[in-house]
Amino acid sequence: MRARVLIRPKAGILDPQGEAVMRALPALGFEGVSEVHVGRMVELTVNDESQVQPMCEKLLANPLVEDYEIVIDR
Amino acid sequence: MKFGVLRFPGSCDEVDALLAAGRVGEAELLWHRDRDLKGADAIVVPGGFSYGDYLRAGAIARFSPVMESVIAFAREGGPVLGICNGFQVLCEAGLLPGALLPNMSLRFTFRQVQLDVLQPDTAFTSACAGEQLSIPAKHSWGRYYADATTLTRMQENGQVVLRYASGQNFNGSVQDIAGVRNERGNVFGLMPHPEHAVDELTGSADGLCVFESMRTAVEAARV
Repeated sequence: MRARVLIRPKAGILDPQGEAVMRALPALGFEGVSEVHVGRMVELTVNDESQVQPMCEKLLANPLVEDYEIVIDR
Repeated sequence: MKFGVLRFPGSCDEVDALLAAGRVGEAELLWHRDRDLKGADAIVVPGGFSYGDYLRAGAIARFSPVMESVIAFAREGGPVLGICNGFQVLCEAGLLPGALLPNMSLRFTFRQVQLDVLQPDTAFTSACAGEQLSIPAKHSWGRYYADATTLTRMQENGQVVLRYASGQNFNGSVQDIAGVRNERGNVFGLMPHPEHAVDELTGSADGLCVFESMRTAVEAARV
């Protein structure tokens, strides 16, 4: 099965990439955007979905500074 | 005494670290696939872009065979210095508190920085005369971060060893932190590069005292 791991900066940690994108949007005419966070997505094909969370804790994310969310496509 | 200097694929400052360490003791390179630390009394994890810095800086290097031995060496109290990417590796390995994030500017920045030595009595700063060091820094992932609880504990334990002097914190590090040690005091990491500042010919010899301090600590532990 396919698993997607969405990783983003933890709330409260300054996210300069998100801020740069947020500043760029009004310049292109997109108004009303109040929050932008830029993270990354890791897509995996796995046999055992129960392994994905330990993978996140150990390698894919740094839980000190990043939150992650696992989405399993069945 | 002997320094072991790690070399990962993507390291780029290991030769300068080897030369700097070689000015105060013996020094030998240790390949990332080797588990044997070859009798080193102290370890230097150098700067660069280990394993391409894929995923996050230091995230993959931390699981290399040589790092398994370095982690065991550190747990036994052996002195370990992490410079720049080496600092990132030591944080990823959990040997040092906190993490390094992209510079607030999102740019790779290279400049000479002045550092305040807050803890002059550590195994990595005891030979540093004076309250400030002038050392180059060059990185794009150097913004030190630790949560408030961790920072308080670090303050109480004297773990914040170096700060960027006033106006010098170009990467946005929390509390201007440039270098930290672990609670036990045998592991130290910093973003600026002492190994690039060991000769007046290149602008400053202030970095040499870090290696001299390590030698002093190793020799004192032998007596």
